[in-house]
Amino acid sequence: MSAESEVMDLSCPLPADHYTRIVTGHGGGGRLMRDLIDQIIRPELRNPILDQQHDSAAIELSSKKLAFTTDSYVIWPLFFPGGDIGSLAVYGTVNDLSMAGASAKYLSLSFILQEGLEMQTLQRILHSIRRAAEQADVCIVTGDTKVIEGGANPGLYINTSGIGEITIDPPLSPFAISTGDAVLLNGDIGRHGTCIMALRENLQFSPEIESDCAPLHRQTEALLRSGCRIHCMRDLTRGGLTSAMVELAQCAQVGIDLQEEAIEVIPPVQSACDLFGLDPLSVANEGRFVAFVHPQDTARALSILEQESPGPVRKIGTVGEKKSHGQVRLLNSYGGQRILDLLSGEQLPRIC
Amino acid sequence: MKTQGDFRDPEKVRHLLDAIAQKTSKNWSIMEICGGQTHVFLKYGLDKLLPSQIDLLHGPGCPVCVTAAEFIDMAIQIARQPDTLVVSFGDMLRVPGSCLDLLSARAEGAAVQMVYSPLDALEIAQKEPKRQVVFFAVGFETTAPAIALTIVNAQRNQISNFSVLCAHVRVPPAMTALLSNPAHRIDGFLAAGHVCTVMGSNEYYEIAKKFSVPIVITGFEPLDILYGVYRCIVRLEDKQPGVENAYARVTREQGNATAQQILQQVFQVVDRNWRGLGLIPLGGFQIREEYGQFDALRRFSHLSPVSVAADDLCMGGKVLQGLMKPDQCPYFATRCSPEHPLGAPMVSSEGACAAYYRYRRNE
Repeated sequence: MSAESEVMDLSCPLPADHYTRIVTGHGGGGRLMRDLIDQIIRPELRNPILDQQHDSAAIELSSKKLAFTTDSYVIWPLFFPGGDIGSLAVYGTVNDLSMAGASAKYLSLSFILQEGLEMQTLQRILHSIRRAAEQADVCIVTGDTKVIEGGANPGLYINTSGIGEITIDPPLSPFAISTGDAVLLNGDIGRHGTCIMALRENLQFSPEIESDCAPLHRQTEALLRSGCRIHCMRDLTRGGLTSAMVELAQCAQVGIDLQEEAIEVIPPVQSACDLFGLDPLSVANEGRFVAFVHPQDTARALSILEQESPGPVRKIGTVGEKKSHGQVRLLNSYGGQRILDLLSGEQLPRIC
Repeated sequence: MKTQGDFRDPEKVRHLLDAIAQKTSKNWSIMEICGGQTHVFLKYGLDKLLPSQIDLLHGPGCPVCVTAAEFIDMAIQIARQPDTLVVSFGDMLRVPGSCLDLLSARAEGAAVQMVYSPLDALEIAQKEPKRQVVFFAVGFETTAPAIALTIVNAQRNQISNFSVLCAHVRVPPAMTALLSNPAHRIDGFLAAGHVCTVMGSNEYYEIAKKFSVPIVITGFEPLDILYGVYRCIVRLEDKQPGVENAYARVTREQGNATAQQILQQVFQVVDRNWRGLGLIPLGGFQIREEYGQFDALRRFSHLSPVSVAADDLCMGGKVLQGLMKPDQCPYFATRCSPEHPLGAPMVSSEGACAAYYRYRRNE
């Protein structure tokens, strides 16, 4: 027996599932870690590629043009109405691929677990990840697990990277946004951000605010399949509708006019925003996106989205002339208007 | 129950705008006291829909804008002490003191946390008895009763590791100070509805009489605001100075007696330095002797924060007094932005400069 394996044998012989909580040994590269992977993680996520058990996953793709993206998820609390960190980590990355007009194929999944995390919590999240991957038609093919020191409320962080195939030509791009394009939005906004805030502050709204966390690939793929001339798509995550629109307007160097009354905000979300002093236009969503569509294809694109989207689909604005500094104006039904601008940092609640 | 949406009804908004336009025959300068009202004007573009004869002056009612830099310096100094935590409302954390803001101090290792309520701070103190928890209390009469209540609760439950750094200010003395400046251009006031919800309207009669101005208590939704403007214009055109409540759906003449009682019990009125306005006689609240054990200024009296005399380019004082519009400042959106502010009105979500930057830049 080599010196190295003697050392290995000194690790605790109990299998991972005898532990009710994550301990530092679960990230140590020894038997405890292998037990965690073999007994807790792999059975939930099993598929032929993951079962190859190589250092890297060997995968096959048919398209020459690929989309590749990565995102980290640090949300607290881990579970919220409408989802959890697991489903968010799958949908978030898959949606980023969808926005590039790609069909998501493969995901990586990395956990950073805090010492003290309950094993049951991890199992619940793994289960949610599996269901979300099934919903999003994507395969988890590689992963990693690390353990870091815990605090009073041990949690976990997740990173996912995703590869998707692009079959459309020309590809979607902010630079393809053109004067006259219609801006379509696939539902009411502000749910995810207000849901999390309400939960953190232990405030209840009636009806309860549920996160809009959902995969968007069915909606985007239906749009692209239809032959409608889609120039660009963008999901409305951190920074909400405002950040997405301002970034695109600046990138494409165009003016964009949005109609405030066309942008739906459900009453409990509006109430929560009023209470916290937040602007719903800048609040995060996890299942909403905007599509820039050739004006002649607007009606068709709207009806396709309506079939696939759970929320009210609306044309919320129009792309104006080219400008050296892109700008987004919000027009209200009073005849007033304001400029939409990126937030400086995060939205902080005001005092009175 | 009426929802907020009822007070944003486009048809009623247009109706009020018509009524204001019909009544306005001369040039009038109206000051809205509260930064929340400034933001509603700009957010909905209401200021541009008013007749061009009406000039809106943006008042000093931004709680974090008027908090003196020396208080922020003190809060930072306290947060740097071992086993000490400073908590405050989110908006306060970004405002620079004489050289640093609380969020930057946190990045350098000071213990700073955001809360929504002073009672949350008390809860933290109860959970962490070995740590000194200091609530940095800023704002007007609106938020002061909650601070007073927290101090009473701390005494009742003998939470000895809790204290309050009290920088609270009072609105009526500041209105008197503004009107006493010979350069002022104020024809009428929209008074801050939430302050009056607590304090009632009694304090305003003397000011209205002495300076012969209309003071119209006004709310915060588009319809509330435009109704306040309408009543103010009616009083100006008809030469009827005096106090009027245009926010009766929330505010009562006598205010909230319970809140006033607890303010009286815990605080005494003192002269206070307002950032941008200078020393305002009777312009602040200080914790009374009886509750002195919860006064962070006493508990940390051994600390003397070094206030650096900044090369003060910020013209926030003129902005807060309605003597200058934010976009008239030479530094607006050039050297001064929310990311690199020269002064508090550009940082705070209720600051007038921040409102112009956010809603009007590049127009």
